[in-house]
Amino acid sequence: MRSFTYTRAKDVPSALQDLSSHQDAKFIAGGTNLLDLMKIDVMKPRHLVDITGLGMKSIEERKGGGLRLGALVTNADTAYHEQVEKRYPLLSHAILAGASAQLRNKATDAGNLLQRTRCYYFYDTATPCNKREPGSGCSAINGYNRNHAILGHSEHCIATHPSDMAVGLAALEATIRVTGPQGEREIPIADFYRLPGDMPQKDTNLGEDEIITAIDLPSRGFADNYAYLKNRDRASYAFALVSVAAGLEMDGDTIKEARIALGGVAHKPWRKPEAEAMLVGKKANRENFMTVADAYVQGAAGFKYNEFKIELARRSIVRALMQAAKIDQ
Amino acid sequence: MSSISKEKITLKINGTEQQLEVEVWTSLLDLLREQLHLTGTKKGCDHGQCGACTLLLDGKRINSCLTLAVMHDGSEITTIEGIANGDELHPVQQAFIEHDAFQCGYCTPGQICSTIGLINEGKAKTLDDIRDLMSGNVCRCGAYSNIVKVVQEALERSEQA
Repeated sequence: MRSFTYTRAKDVPSALQDLSSHQDAKFIAGGTNLLDLMKIDVMKPRHLVDITGLGMKSIEERKGGGLRLGALVTNADTAYHEQVEKRYPLLSHAILAGASAQLRNKATDAGNLLQRTRCYYFYDTATPCNKREPGSGCSAINGYNRNHAILGHSEHCIATHPSDMAVGLAALEATIRVTGPQGEREIPIADFYRLPGDMPQKDTNLGEDEIITAIDLPSRGFADNYAYLKNRDRASYAFALVSVAAGLEMDGDTIKEARIALGGVAHKPWRKPEAEAMLVGKKANRENFMTVADAYVQGAAGFKYNEFKIELARRSIVRALMQAAKIDQ
Repeated sequence: MSSISKEKITLKINGTEQQLEVEVWTSLLDLLREQLHLTGTKKGCDHGQCGACTLLLDGKRINSCLTLAVMHDGSEITTIEGIANGDELHPVQQAFIEHDAFQCGYCTPGQICSTIGLINEGKAKTLDDIRDLMSGNVCRCGAYSNIVKVVQEALERSEQA
């Protein structure tokens, strides 16, 4: 690993000050993704600001319902938190579908959201990659692209976002709370991630000078009818080929509201609210779920090695909705 | 800016408090192996994928390759060298021998620390849970079926205790 300098921040203002006063500085908390990338020279910070002393390690009730997840709560403590398990089981399941027990004990919630893609070429410094070296080209488009995007990709980048937690949060419509030099602001998760476009080096709309302080969960958790279905090359400890977070609000067997977020298929958790709306007032059954699944993958475009993901996504959506509706399959 | 960047930290390692000076980029794993010569904790992939470097940090299992030593001032670390009671093996160590749960042994310290962490967490109820919650520890000899037996037995024993 390259050498760097290191400081410990005591509070949010001093963390922001430390970040802005050092060249090529990064925050470090769990470190499970950043250090991995630093060891292979994909990320090359010259200064690390340790933010583990900032607090933000509790999960609290929000006024008017909902929970606030501190940015530095570990993934394990979030997934196993009594209130998260009870009111947001979709989120617990999504988190536990990702990484290993060891990693979840160290990785933080904010860090989970900011983890980088697992595109093979992003990791391989011998190859061009527009996300790693803007303007160098995309090796994945004509390379081995099994774990790559089928929706929302561009000629510059076909990488996917690897987080399961983010897919759960997208279905729940969580809000990311951030602080910067101008003060605090809230970013709905739908606006937090970006499509690659011609700036794939930028994963999110978080400012370079901002810090995530918390993740707010709205009061509705879809705890009665939910599913997190993750399809991958092995049963555990692998990134999603396709994952589906599904939440239904039911009145008998009629759907009042549907939330569907896809992972493993795009540069961000993929939602299509106009397709979700097709289920409102409809009966929960396979036929209606197939209609919405078709609408979700409309416009999807695969590459040489990931064409299969389009059909996999379609079927995964149907299965996840069947599970959420508790219909035997 | 100075190219040498060292920090003083205090760690309680296997019950003994130690004052240490570390280069800030040193992983917890490298500190243990290279500086303190506690080579029981293994370096496998060095990227958090294999679990050979698993140890207990304040009672929780983590990958020591993916964390900086300097970030753990004041923490308590238990490695494979610290889990036996003198000459008396830890029950999980004993169970690995009884169930023949290894061949080359390289992953074993990580597997044992991970098993202890799993028991502390108390979340594994079924065989599928065990397989899922031990999936961060790779065994290239393929001793998995016997490792699962060890974890199962250790869990049952901890529930009786």
